[in-house]
Amino acid sequence: MKTTKNPLRKRTWGHIFHHLKPHAPLVILSVLCALGTTVLALYVPLLFGQAIDLMTEGATDWTALGSLFLRILLLVGITAVLRWCMEFINRRITYLVTRDIRTEVFAHTEHLPLSYLDAHPTGETVSRVITDTDTFAEGLLLGFTQMFTGLLTIVGTFICMLTIRVEIALLVALLTPLSLFIARFIATRTHSLFRRQAQTQGEQTACIDEMIGQIKTVKAYGYEASACDTFREVNTRLGDVSLKATFFSSLVNPTTRFVNSVIYAAVALSGALLTITSVGSSVPFTIGSLTALLAYVNQYTKPFNEISGVIAEFQNALTSADRVFALKDEPTEPITHAKDAHLTDVRGDVTLDDVRFFYRPERPLIEHLCLSVKAGEHIAIVGPTGCGKTTLINLLMRFYDVKGGAIRIDGVDIRDVSRADVRTKYGMVLQDTWLKHASVLENLRYGRPEATEEEVMEAARIVHAHGFITRMKDGYATVLDEGGGQLSAGQKQLLAIARTLICRPTMLILDEATSSIDTRTEAYVSEAFDLLMKGRTSFLVAHRLSTVVGADCILVMRDGNIIEQGTHAELMEKGGFYRTLYNSQFAHIASITSASDVEECK
Amino acid sequence: MKTLFLYLKRYRKESVLGPLFKLLEAALELIVPLIVAAIIDGGIGTGDRAYTVRMCLYLVLFGLVGLAFSLTAQYFAAKAAVGCVRDMRGALFTHISTLSYSDLDTLGASTLITRMTSDARQVQTGVNLTLRLFLRSPFVVFGAMIMAFTVDAPSALTFTVLIPALSIAVFGIMLLSMPLYRKVQKKLDGVVLSVRENLTGARVIRAYCKEEEETEAFRQKHEELTRLEHRVGRLSALLNPLTYVLVNAAIVWLLHIGAIRVDSGLLTTGQVVALYNYMSQILVELIKLADLIVTMTRSIACAGRIAAIFQTSSSMPMTDGPAPTAIDGAPAIEFSHVSLRYPGAGDDSLTDVSFSVQPGQVLGIIGGTGSGKSTLVNLIPRLYDATEGTIRIDGHPIDAWPTQALRRRIGIAMQKAVLFRGSVRDNLAMGDQSATDECMNDALRAAQIKDIIDEKGGLDAPVTQGGTNLSGGQKQRLSVARAIVRHPDILILDDSSSALDYATDAAMRQAIRDLPFRPTVCIVSQRAASLMHADRILVLDEGRLVGQGTHAELLDTCEVYREIYRSQFEQVGGDAV
Repeated sequence: MKTTKNPLRKRTWGHIFHHLKPHAPLVILSVLCALGTTVLALYVPLLFGQAIDLMTEGATDWTALGSLFLRILLLVGITAVLRWCMEFINRRITYLVTRDIRTEVFAHTEHLPLSYLDAHPTGETVSRVITDTDTFAEGLLLGFTQMFTGLLTIVGTFICMLTIRVEIALLVALLTPLSLFIARFIATRTHSLFRRQAQTQGEQTACIDEMIGQIKTVKAYGYEASACDTFREVNTRLGDVSLKATFFSSLVNPTTRFVNSVIYAAVALSGALLTITSVGSSVPFTIGSLTALLAYVNQYTKPFNEISGVIAEFQNALTSADRVFALKDEPTEPITHAKDAHLTDVRGDVTLDDVRFFYRPERPLIEHLCLSVKAGEHIAIVGPTGCGKTTLINLLMRFYDVKGGAIRIDGVDIRDVSRADVRTKYGMVLQDTWLKHASVLENLRYGRPEATEEEVMEAARIVHAHGFITRMKDGYATVLDEGGGQLSAGQKQLLAIARTLICRPTMLILDEATSSIDTRTEAYVSEAFDLLMKGRTSFLVAHRLSTVVGADCILVMRDGNIIEQGTHAELMEKGGFYRTLYNSQFAHIASITSASDVEECK
Repeated sequence: MKTLFLYLKRYRKESVLGPLFKLLEAALELIVPLIVAAIIDGGIGTGDRAYTVRMCLYLVLFGLVGLAFSLTAQYFAAKAAVGCVRDMRGALFTHISTLSYSDLDTLGASTLITRMTSDARQVQTGVNLTLRLFLRSPFVVFGAMIMAFTVDAPSALTFTVLIPALSIAVFGIMLLSMPLYRKVQKKLDGVVLSVRENLTGARVIRAYCKEEEETEAFRQKHEELTRLEHRVGRLSALLNPLTYVLVNAAIVWLLHIGAIRVDSGLLTTGQVVALYNYMSQILVELIKLADLIVTMTRSIACAGRIAAIFQTSSSMPMTDGPAPTAIDGAPAIEFSHVSLRYPGAGDDSLTDVSFSVQPGQVLGIIGGTGSGKSTLVNLIPRLYDATEGTIRIDGHPIDAWPTQALRRRIGIAMQKAVLFRGSVRDNLAMGDQSATDECMNDALRAAQIKDIIDEKGGLDAPVTQGGTNLSGGQKQRLSVARAIVRHPDILILDDSSSALDYATDAAMRQAIRDLPFRPTVCIVSQRAASLMHADRILVLDEGRLVGQGTHAELLDTCEVYREIYRSQFEQVGGDAV
């Protein structure tokens, strides 16, 4: 365990120092302020002690007392200013480091290979960028200063106590381990309880997430009672472990407080006895000293409580840091091209030469795929659900690189030019449309921000989107919800098509809509698709038979492999899987009605 | 708040004893400075060692008794907090499960989840802390002041100035920074949205080569957040130094007055020390109180959100009982002039729909998105109540059926296939808990997924939460199997083959026709091909029934049906022949 963990930790520390370095002046300033406040905060009680000693019935030294008060007020003022600086600087460092890390990690994710993004749930990555960064920055930085001032206070108060009375200081030092021991004892006990609580909480959340998240299905099946039983069981368990965890964790404070009060009593006793015996001696132990000493004992014991908490937080922060920086250390998409290689004036010839690909080596997906597409040709990709149609799109767009063979555009291996170069040549419309949380106009212009409003509206009109856009609250200025929530799937796709149309790509990659769009909108979408495809090399994941039939080449995929390839006529003649697929969809037309019947209906 | 008290009432003993013991502990703490004063004046002043020792033993003894009180208090507080929140969560879960579909639509699942998890947790922390501290902190603050008065009234006047001044400082800063923190939270939400958006849209962003621009936009967004954070930071960093100055200034003033009174023999040094100690106690408690109030306000808000759910009473109470016996010759499903308007919607989602289906028949429902297809089938298991008209099942009005009995006779595969974590068997058992393996396998076979499940390990194959280890088509088929396994009288397939290829879809439809128990089948689809063979097809357009009949009849009579049909078939007819 340790050996596997260490290298990661070491790298994490490297990152931490790297991120703190730009703020080194602030860090140093903060440390200085902390040093100042701690020392002054310790010195002030000493002065209060002296002030009390100056009070005697009828013989108070008023001038000394007055100047002492002034000194105290001055020091208190300085302490307060230093303290404010320290707290402010600490926060500043935290915010700045958080900002730096987040922006850096964000930029990094933009260049992570899609294989990483596909394999990791969005929520997890988001939580790394947001929550873990927070936990790390707050835990580590605030924890660090707390620990620093804590340790400083302990050492400082101890030295002060030593200067007041060595014996009593030693007595305190002797008793301290008791408090530490008890705190540790309780902490280890509660730690496992907390872990169990977190675990049960996780279980419960999963249960809630599932049952409440899908309550409609639960209800449709009259499954409520069983769901409630399942929940009650987890809920009871959580209640039990939660009670224990809450109670045991709340033991630390009272118990250490008790130990502290024992130490306090011991100091009071020894101090008082010392005062009594020292009356009249050359170095009398005064009441003022005793007061100061008691104040120091209180200050001395307090950080011990805090530090144990801080250490736990520290551990937490480091774990979070590991997670954040592990993301940061993920290798980005490798750069394979020579600097000066470019794709310019692309005609749109695409060749796939003996392409091989797999996501996992043990499951080969595409083997020996050869395909030659002339500029302007339309390639339809058909096949049952989950046959790997999107894999091909991934390869063409260089979201993934081929594992063998090559894909060439106009004879240039796409790995020899930059990904951006390849991607800008394509327009892409996916079935699952992604829209930005921004206005409609901004979304449409996404690919070509310099497009004029007229151009945008023209494109929207062409794809029949202008109508519903103008009917929206603020027309083209309407800000879309995250993921375009207020639009139907079909409308979103129309926007995506317009977006593609506006940037005038050389080639197209399209994923046709399936059932989520109603037939009328679908008619608009198909029309828009046809318009878009005119004269452009196009790859389509096809669901409409009309596209399939009219394609220059049809790729029939099944289980990740291309099993048949050819034109509609060729494939029908061949009588393979394509024909079965085709017939299964249209067998009914043949039996019930013929094309001429449909004509008649008009 | 009221709801919370309702559950807290069950722990009345704990919630009274908790704060009470906490008060006792605080009272003991207040005595400590008096004992120290006694040691200084009575012990040191007179040189009485025995007295000093005795007083110090009192200190320890009080500490011990305080510990015992405190532990008792913590236990009761924890018990009351955990217990009442546990009960509340349980009741909330049960309550949510009684809510009707329309209630659930209004509330939304994601809020329900947050309320059950993080809100409930927040309430627990709040109750626990409140029981422990809410009485204690003010008690210590004012107790310390009163004690100071008993020590020496003129000097104690300082306290009457200090406490309000401290309160203003602490609560003022709190009040000023709270709205700022809310703003920070909002900005942070924006940052989260950016990250999420960029991950979900990675393909599009890269296709358009917008990586750098998006990064820049994020940087700016975060910069705004950081700037706001700095502002809050500057303000809230004031709290500690300000209170420090106030308390120390007050101590100086106190010592000044003390010195005068000691000088004139009205006060002993021990008493001055006691006053000094009370002053420090106040500061510690006031800061704790401020923390507590922040936690409390948050908890109260959370409790309010939970209470809001409790206040949503179910618009359709659940009933159970024996199913009424079917009336001979009555249609399996009969709608007459049924309309439905969703709560809060401006318009009907279904308007004046009438039709009937005989037992064992196949009913097809077709129409565009938002035409009311799903709405219509959701009325059959009474997931919603029709706002107008009557629905009869087996000849009985639908509200004469006990809801549970009604739903037991209906198998529904939803548009969005929902599966639960567990095994394939667990998921099928949801359809019918007493189903045999054979029965389950038959259902899987009919749903055209037997082979795939067998490959994955048969009925015991695991299903992850939400069925993420299955493809869309597999999930749909499994949910169809779940509907079949209960051998329902009415089987509803709500667009549940949309992710299937045509061949599989056709095979599944055939298998369903051949089911030995001959259910009445309702198939919702956007594909004319899926419905062509139905005994009766309903054509919906914007919530209205614009045509019903067989495929051939509809081609003749229904313009909308022809349009749909053509958009799917005509071009091929023209091109292919």
